[in-house]
Amino acid sequence: MKELSLNILDIVQNSVKAGATRIEICLEETDERFSFWVRDNGCGMSEELLSRVKDPFATTRTTRNVGLGIPLLTLAAEQTGGGVSIESSTGEDHGTLIRADFNKRHIDFTPLGDIVSTVTTVIQGNPDTDVIFSHSAGEGRVELSTPELREVLDGVSLSEPEVLAWIEENLRGQYDQMRMF
Amino acid sequence: MKTLAELAAIRDKMKAQVALREGNGNTRIVVGMATCGIAAGARPVLNAFVDEVAKNGLSETVTVTQTGCIGICQYEPVVEVYTGSDEKVTYVKMTAEKVEKVIKEHIMGGKVVSEYTIGASV
Repeated sequence: MKELSLNILDIVQNSVKAGATRIEICLEETDERFSFWVRDNGCGMSEELLSRVKDPFATTRTTRNVGLGIPLLTLAAEQTGGGVSIESSTGEDHGTLIRADFNKRHIDFTPLGDIVSTVTTVIQGNPDTDVIFSHSAGEGRVELSTPELREVLDGVSLSEPEVLAWIEENLRGQYDQMRMF
Repeated sequence: MKTLAELAAIRDKMKAQVALREGNGNTRIVVGMATCGIAAGARPVLNAFVDEVAKNGLSETVTVTQTGCIGICQYEPVVEVYTGSDEKVTYVKMTAEKVEKVIKEHIMGGKVVSEYTIGASV
């Protein structure tokens, strides 16, 4: 993947496929580290699937027998000296938490890229899912919560192009302010 | 920065329009957004379709949706267009730059952009 934000979009698609109604995407960075986690309340993975999920020959897709999403993320993290961890449960509190840590100073660190586009793409495809996004870097913080927006929208869909344009501009405005710190 | 008051204004405008759209939405543009599509550049393609649909005032009759892997990863980004009773048209190796032509000629003009279709690529 050319940008980490594309890996994040790809990982979130797993949450969508798991039937999640709530997806949290949290990014945290310091001068040296970049980390993100994605937590969903989807169906979760069995211990058996969880044990082989970093293997490219593990997949839930039916078009063929390979899945590259988690292996590609693992590669991107490990090549900087970081790593990926996954917890999942199929029990009453079902869901999955995936966390990836990166060494930002490493020459093989993939830049984050257009994360705003990733967030709007997730919301466009899943307007009825609760998406809670946050990104903190030093003193700066960007956040967006679709349950809060839905209260304002009063039945108007989050996938309306004008609503998506508002979300995109709101996030880009927050990032502009964050860069001032 | 965009404020919640501006979002509320969009809501009010949308609510006024909602009554017009019942029963419409007969064209569907479906973008493959699995690992293969995303790695090949599907995200800017999807966003370009959303922008073009809005820009040309087509959102009452055209919906843009996402799907998983369509099974022809070597041709990603893949976009399927379903219009009315017509057959499905599959566009392959799409880019954000090609989107405007698909919208103008196919979605608005009714003429398939054959050079972007899978038939022209195999």
